[in-house]
Amino acid sequence: MTSNRPMRDEYDVAVIGAGPAGLAAASLSAQSGLSTLLLDENQGPGGQVWRAVTSTPLKQTRLLGDDYWAGSKLVEEVRASGAEILQGATVWSLDPHLELGISVGGGSQFIRARRVILATGALERPFPIPGWTLPGVMTAGAAQTVLKSSGLVPSGKTVVAGQGPLFWLLTAQILRMGGQIDLILDTTQRLNYLRALPHAAAFLRSPYLLKGLAMMREVRSKVRVVSGVTKIAASGDGRLERVTYEVRGRSATAPADLLLLHQGVVPNVNLAMSAGVKHQWDEIQLCWVPVLDSNCGTSVDGIAIAGDGAGIAGVLAAVARGRIAARAAVEALKPEAGAKAPSMDTLRAALAKVERGRRFLDVLFQPPKQFRIPEGDTVVCRCEEVTAQDILDSVAIGATGPNQLKAYRRTGMGPCQGRLCGLTVTELMADARGKTPEEIGYYRLRAPVKPITLSELASLPKDESATKAVVRG
Amino acid sequence: MFKRFDGDARQPVEIFVDGRPVMAREGDTVSAALLASGLDVRRQTAVSGAPRLPYCMMGVCFDCLVTIDGMGNRQGCLVPVRPGMQVEIQKGKREIGR
Amino acid sequence: MTLRADAIIIGGGIHGCSTALHLCLRDFRPVLIEKDYAGRHASGVNAGGVRQLARHVAEIPLSIRSMDVWENVQDLVGDSCGFDSHGQVLVAEDEAELEICRARVADLNMRGFSHEELIDAKELRKLVPAVAETCPGGLVSRRDGAANPAQTTTAFRRQAEHLGTVVREGVEATNIRKDGRLWRVDAGGETYEAPVLVNAAGAWGGRIAASLGEPVPVETVAPMLMITSRVPAFIRPVVILRGRKLSFKQFENGTVLIGGGHLATPYQDSGETVLDWRKLQESARTVWELFPIMRNATVVRAWAGIEARTADDLPVIGPSARHEGLFHQFGFSLHGFQLGPGTGAVMAELIATGNTNTPIDGLRVERFAT
Repeated sequence: MTSNRPMRDEYDVAVIGAGPAGLAAASLSAQSGLSTLLLDENQGPGGQVWRAVTSTPLKQTRLLGDDYWAGSKLVEEVRASGAEILQGATVWSLDPHLELGISVGGGSQFIRARRVILATGALERPFPIPGWTLPGVMTAGAAQTVLKSSGLVPSGKTVVAGQGPLFWLLTAQILRMGGQIDLILDTTQRLNYLRALPHAAAFLRSPYLLKGLAMMREVRSKVRVVSGVTKIAASGDGRLERVTYEVRGRSATAPADLLLLHQGVVPNVNLAMSAGVKHQWDEIQLCWVPVLDSNCGTSVDGIAIAGDGAGIAGVLAAVARGRIAARAAVEALKPEAGAKAPSMDTLRAALAKVERGRRFLDVLFQPPKQFRIPEGDTVVCRCEEVTAQDILDSVAIGATGPNQLKAYRRTGMGPCQGRLCGLTVTELMADARGKTPEEIGYYRLRAPVKPITLSELASLPKDESATKAVVRG
Repeated sequence: MFKRFDGDARQPVEIFVDGRPVMAREGDTVSAALLASGLDVRRQTAVSGAPRLPYCMMGVCFDCLVTIDGMGNRQGCLVPVRPGMQVEIQKGKREIGR
Repeated sequence: MTLRADAIIIGGGIHGCSTALHLCLRDFRPVLIEKDYAGRHASGVNAGGVRQLARHVAEIPLSIRSMDVWENVQDLVGDSCGFDSHGQVLVAEDEAELEICRARVADLNMRGFSHEELIDAKELRKLVPAVAETCPGGLVSRRDGAANPAQTTTAFRRQAEHLGTVVREGVEATNIRKDGRLWRVDAGGETYEAPVLVNAAGAWGGRIAASLGEPVPVETVAPMLMITSRVPAFIRPVVILRGRKLSFKQFENGTVLIGGGHLATPYQDSGETVLDWRKLQESARTVWELFPIMRNATVVRAWAGIEARTADDLPVIGPSARHEGLFHQFGFSLHGFQLGPGTGAVMAELIATGNTNTPIDGLRVERFAT
């Protein structure tokens, strides 16, 4: 059922995030008879991949593809499962004792769970090029979000730049809906095709192969694609006006009203790290991933992570991991109910099948260094407006890691709390200091992982008459 | 930058942006409605006054911050429109409680 | 390899770094050993209050001396440390609290201290226009202010190193022992030896003191803080309360820091803390009542720093009562940041000359001897 605030103070299982992993986890958990609360920040379920699956204005199957509509089946399943579903709920705190701080409908409250499954998914990797803060520069995922949820398509001169499997999916979707794309700048490194070759055999059996190739063909037949792009800069007076790029040392400029950037996705680590979950640097995916056991369990007792937050593996793996995490919760809390659900072996086999070929994609689409580690006055921290050079200057006077850098330059201390600069800062400092990202480390993250108003935290009214009653009473 | 897809059959919802009426659609987030409005909806940052528009549309970048019904610093990309909603584009630091 | 130094300082907080710097000014060549990095714990993450206001009388002379150092901090370390001096105000929430303030000022004046002044409702409103109208007055200490704690600690560390301190970060001081006149400490594969050992190890200072046979009743605590997003300037002095736990400060960049001593759970061995949101809720409620203007401000972050609190809430400063060449400088009990710059000067004086003109008798370790 869908509710407006949590109906209990304590649940067997709290699942955070209603994307593929969260829906699968909540569904299996509730079907097994565990009291289950599914919390999600958006207005409807689906996460990013299945965003607005229950409300999209694009009802024609063809436009978004079968994979998108597969989400509605899982939404129906969770709605029938008995799980309590809370949309528009922001989880701003999770501690190692499994107490959650939740903000919903303008008020905050705390609940406890015996098991927590984090399914907070991924976010797009920072793409810090010169001018990426200009109005008119957005992530490709942002365009996909407004496309799915509001049926908005690019209308002015549009350039899409970057790489990765989602990159081609999005451009195909925009074109199918009559959106405008004038130019595609492909930043895939030519060398990566060679590097990925040893992993190609596994990819040949991947469910993604044929779909991916078909999509690339579809896009290339409609839009000019420039490959081997090694530099990109956005510029304009107060808003984007043009995109300058370089191929084989030759520079070119294209006029643009909208530049969509995308170079893959990375786990959204904020809530997990703030709960104390141990993470490590993944040398292939070039991001932080949680250290997990075979049940998706983390270093914090009772907290599991499923979905792309556990390491990027795509929608099918997210569903499989969600079920594994939920199954583990069932085995721990109500083992007798486990008989009804698929066995752990079955679930793990399903995961292995859909993970096939992932390495190929990871290596092929490893983003080039110059698009991860910017130089000069390119902004790194969008919130506090700190440049790459500012960070190098701080390193020169003794800042050794992201946490000291906060004191020098306030990087990561704005409202996004490092989500858009954290990876860049780690890699930039590692590069400058000749260390590995693992040695440099990451921001120490703290609750609230999303800003909350003082009134909300105090759980006190905001309007004047109610205020007077409290102050006098 | 963006236009609405022709086949969008959702109900219109009227909101106000700095006092001007804007037709959104039911289910739009505030940021989507702003992007579709064709108006100049660039905010100015609290740090330097630099102009910004939404960047991620999924709740992580905070470049969509707007004042909604008098409450400042709301993430416009997460809040659905409601009829009569008053949206203000933020210029610089927010007055507290605004 | 054994390396010789003039002094070994354990702990890279504001206190250890300040003592290192001041020893260098007296031509000592100290080594400073820090298991994490300078300012990792309380010194780098405290509220940054530079406060003489409302201190225990035993600390006042030291606090006043420290204030002199603060006022020249740019010259001393080549960095502003973010120090500003807009005063600190203690708010009395009712007449009974104001009466206590009145008695406090009378007592201080009798002892020859004049830094705290009684203020009425009108002056309070002038200094802190946003405060709730029901508050009848309070105290002000006009030379007080605030600084950026991480910036300050790193600036002291940098200047200490610049003047000749060997700074070893990321290595733990172990196997602390005395051979004849010399202290020996192992750290990161090296052994350091020196005639002087300074225990400035903050939350870990109690363990060191105990291991050297000089136990001090001390507990590990982690006071919590939270900070808001940037809002237009509306308050200049730091505000603290007489009754409830609250400290309140707006920085130059517009962010507002809310603290006051509510405690998180410290996990000393991992160096981590778990926040107590129910207590932070109390802080939020107090601000909500006292500063109506803040009601819809957004809280961006909260955190806690690990430090030591002694049984009598006063630090342990000065020579050991048991070992020659051992000096303690820890246990600052949630109010050590302002004292750091001055205490380093006093410690250097004690180490170099055996004496100091700044009275610290109420702070010596002897008070805990049984």
